Amino acid sequence: MSLSKAEVENIAHLARLQLGDDELPNVIENLSRIIEFVDQLQAVDTTGVEPMAHPLDMVQRLRADAVTEQDQRDLYQANAPAVEAGLYLVPKVIE
Amino acid sequence: MHTKTLAELSAALQAREFSSEALTGHYLERIGRLDPALNSFVTVTADEAMAAAAAADRRIAAGEAGPLTGIPIAHKDIFCTSGVRTSCGSRMLDNFVSPYDATVVARLKAAGVVMLGKTNMDEFAMGSSNETSFYGPVRNPWDTARVPGGSSGGSAAAVAARLAPGATGTDTGGSIRQPAALTGITGLKPTYGRVSRFGMIAFASSLDQAGTLTASAEDAALLLGAMAGFDDKDSTSVDREVPDYSLHLNDSIAGLRVGIPVEFFDEGLAGENRVRIEQALDVYRHLGCEIVEVSLPNLALSVPTYYVVAPAECSSNLSRFDGVRFGYRSEQSGDLFDMYSRSRGEGFGDEVKRRIMTGTYALSAGYYDAYYLKAQQARQLISADFKAAFEKVDVLMGPTTPTPAFEIGAKTADPITMYLNDIYTIGVNLAGLPGMSIPCGLVDGLPVGLQLMGPAFAESRLLQTAHAYQKETDWHRQLPAADFG
Repeated sequence: MSLSKAEVENIAHLARLQLGDDELPNVIENLSRIIEFVDQLQAVDTTGVEPMAHPLDMVQRLRADAVTEQDQRDLYQANAPAVEAGLYLVPKVIE
Repeated sequence: MHTKTLAELSAALQAREFSSEALTGHYLERIGRLDPALNSFVTVTADEAMAAAAAADRRIAAGEAGPLTGIPIAHKDIFCTSGVRTSCGSRMLDNFVSPYDATVVARLKAAGVVMLGKTNMDEFAMGSSNETSFYGPVRNPWDTARVPGGSSGGSAAAVAARLAPGATGTDTGGSIRQPAALTGITGLKPTYGRVSRFGMIAFASSLDQAGTLTASAEDAALLLGAMAGFDDKDSTSVDREVPDYSLHLNDSIAGLRVGIPVEFFDEGLAGENRVRIEQALDVYRHLGCEIVEVSLPNLALSVPTYYVVAPAECSSNLSRFDGVRFGYRSEQSGDLFDMYSRSRGEGFGDEVKRRIMTGTYALSAGYYDAYYLKAQQARQLISADFKAAFEKVDVLMGPTTPTPAFEIGAKTADPITMYLNDIYTIGVNLAGLPGMSIPCGLVDGLPVGLQLMGPAFAESRLLQTAHAYQKETDWHRQLPAADFG
């Protein structure tokens, strides 16, 4: 199966990935090949097979709803591209 | 010093034959002199290493040392290390200095291990050849025109060249076992949940597992013992006692039932590799093991299943890289959407983008049942095959890879060719089981790996089985030429 240019552009949009015009033909070709390759699963009879949720049949552990972490905002924000007064800065979102 | 195994170095440090400072300095000198030809390290933490070695020597002098006190090792650059850049092989995290230690790093530090530095890897652990790293390919010390395997290629090359006596790695679809096989060392991927994933940058959370790359099984037992165990900070960590993995290493394996899955000996397996595997099985026959054929009929589904499950989980995990809280942000951002997509488009490499897009497609509206759900059903079938096999046998054995190390650039044009290279290793990840690769010979001067697979939490049995082979053979002691010719 071959994905169209519009389909690939939509996937890139959903994934928030900007692709250059020079990248696009290669991405379309490789992505189509990968989807074609994994499509062989469609031929497998999985009627009545429970989808695997965990390889060892374990369940998610719960913990008490209690504060366990210290405030380390300054330490963590040291890695941020742009902060001001303890806030993360992003481009303007509201006019 | 570097020709000794980690276990031998441990004994020598305890016997005060040399100090940790001398040992650490020796490895740092080797890294400085030899690594330019390999590119196995992304960051070398020389000053921190010498300070940690001095502290280890004081503990040894005070009689407070454990078996790993003063042992230098390298960490794959996927493990967060407090105050040290943690890049995950990506431009996205080129500027990321972790504010905390991964549990694996913290536990090894507490055991007295000295960190030499951070090793190169495929970007976000996505690759089988270490060619997708932002920091350039790693070269195989047995032939520098060839790949060391991936994604833990830097850790494997560093240990194979004895730039470190051991290293940590992660294995999502073979990323410890495959590079161990291609570089002639011992690689161990534990049971899913055995080792904490906290602070280990996530790729595919239902498959990722941390493990070891060392010269021998005896070394792996020492490192795993210090790394494994329950961790409150990892919701999939298993609360189960950690045995002393060194305790039963020397037990006899006579009577062990070894299953040989016929699917591992298909037409894809190179002839000379097959011969080396059969010779290794003869050693096990000689040790009193019973070798029987078994079948894993759904094994062929493992690669397509993996390439739905892993990209789906990756697309979700890597959504955190948005240019806001940490990591790369594009210089030329317009609005918020533009900032996200430019930062991600520029910060990620081609293979990572391919996998994010594959996963996004598989999870997108209208396709979820056809891909992700179907793959999770296929995964159940593959897992059931392993369960059935382990009702008949104690361990499974087969090749780790279809061929020895291939040349750099040989498989980069076609992603499917690269993906199929992991045909023998992926099944174990999908089933959550432990696996190992141990060196079992050379083909045209290149190492070949024998793969050992066990039921869940059978790490002790695998280590014992591997150690029995390594007492009979010396493949794990063979080193590449000193100049990597």
